[in-house]
Amino acid sequence: MAKYLLLKHYRGAPAPTNDVPMDRWTPEEVTAHIQYMQDWAAKLQSTGEFVDGQAVSPQGTFVRSGGPGQPPVTDGPFAETKDLIAGWMVIDVDSYERALELAAELSDAPGAGGRPIQEWLELRPFMTEAPTVLE
Amino acid sequence: MNDTLLRELVPAVIGVLVRRGAEFAAAEDAVQEALIRALETWPGDPPRDPKGWLVATAWRKFLDAVRSESARQRRELAVEAEPAPGSVAATDDTLWLYFLCAHPSLSPGTAVALTLRAVGGLTTRQIAAAYLVPEATIAQRISRAKRQLAGLPLDRPGDPGTVLRVLYLVFNEGYGGDVDLAAEAIRLTRQLAAATGDPEAAGLLALMLLHHARRASRTGPGGRLVPLAEQDRSRWDTALIAEGVEILQAALARDRLGEYQAQAAIAALHADAPSAAETDWVQIVEWYDELLGLTGSPVVRLNRAVAIGEADGPRAGLAELDKVDPALPRHQAARAYLLERAGERERAAELYAEAAHLAASLAERDHLTRAAARLRGNSELS
Repeated sequence: MAKYLLLKHYRGAPAPTNDVPMDRWTPEEVTAHIQYMQDWAAKLQSTGEFVDGQAVSPQGTFVRSGGPGQPPVTDGPFAETKDLIAGWMVIDVDSYERALELAAELSDAPGAGGRPIQEWLELRPFMTEAPTVLE
Repeated sequence: MNDTLLRELVPAVIGVLVRRGAEFAAAEDAVQEALIRALETWPGDPPRDPKGWLVATAWRKFLDAVRSESARQRRELAVEAEPAPGSVAATDDTLWLYFLCAHPSLSPGTAVALTLRAVGGLTTRQIAAAYLVPEATIAQRISRAKRQLAGLPLDRPGDPGTVLRVLYLVFNEGYGGDVDLAAEAIRLTRQLAAATGDPEAAGLLALMLLHHARRASRTGPGGRLVPLAEQDRSRWDTALIAEGVEILQAALARDRLGEYQAQAAIAALHADAPSAAETDWVQIVEWYDELLGLTGSPVVRLNRAVAIGEADGPRAGLAELDKVDPALPRHQAARAYLLERAGERERAAELYAEAAHLAASLAERDHLTRAAARLRGNSELS
């Protein structure tokens, strides 16, 4: 089994096929979207492929060390970034192909007009332990 | 109380219950409950016959479960129809469980989880910790596996190759929890090899023992990867190596060569050499030829190119490597290594850095990054 991180972006990913901002959807469309995501996560839990997942706030802060004895230096809410993470999910699946298949399913959540959003999700493999056999 | 001893009894006990008419899933649940009971009571009150105790307790748990679920009349009929507990050949049951857990209808990850639970007797928590996933994830995987197996006719033996592959998968996993999966895989393969007498099972056991013997020397401080050539050979476990070689020789003598025996032969040649320079690379290349004939695997072709680089010089190795698909994992790393040995330090450093980007494990990435830094003269980083 191999673990993958699925990243959902607020901003920074290429535009989805059905590109209407969520605040312009009808309330029913928003509900349908959220229901799809929840059902999908529940399905993964039942197959034993779900590891963890969280949504994160759009508000974030850049922080760096200020040097010895100095307080941390912060830089306002993502002043320079083009990329904004909306949430993440970790899955543990048998193959890369399966990870792609699942990401595509999640991307198909319904959006404006009840049509699939087909948004771009970022899929990244976890670094693994070195296998026992290497030479 | 010896946890391992307890676990060794699990497959036989599940087998007895199934033989007496319990469904696999129900038998497995009952044995898990009996194990928990054993952990609670044995330290204060050890049984004279542990296996008998487990069978009796698990059977009682199973009957309790059946009783609580069925009507009085049906229950009475079931008790009436209960066969007399007789002696059952334990090895047959164990083997049957191995095949069941590696059933082709299960995905590899599911087969591994079920094998560790039903044949290995590990708890769901131990398996989850070893794979660094939540307990609920493994619990779902196992109950799903049991559901998938429920409707299938399980009267025919499965493919022995699938069973061996599942055990090899377990062996190759990292070590996350309190259970050492490599040692667990060796324990199970030892059982399987003894029960089947299959030369390939013996070959896999030999392969695992030979790799395990070098385990302590494979990593340095902080989990740092130490390549074979730089390993401290005095730390290799010579008793395990001797055992692995002996098992392998007995298997090879039966003249039914398979991929695990060939891999074990290569591992044995490494283990036999007093130093990296004194390794019998010519013979290793010959075994890679055999292995390639058996598997046709591109990964074998890649490893063979590196071995040719040692036997006939780095240029010969590079020429072989050109015939291998460059998209394979570790292709860049192998080319970098051969280029370095051919004296092309600049190009080798570039490729090491590229390979580090593609590495799938942290230890490997760090190792390759250090190699690139070393060739670029930043030796204080290496």
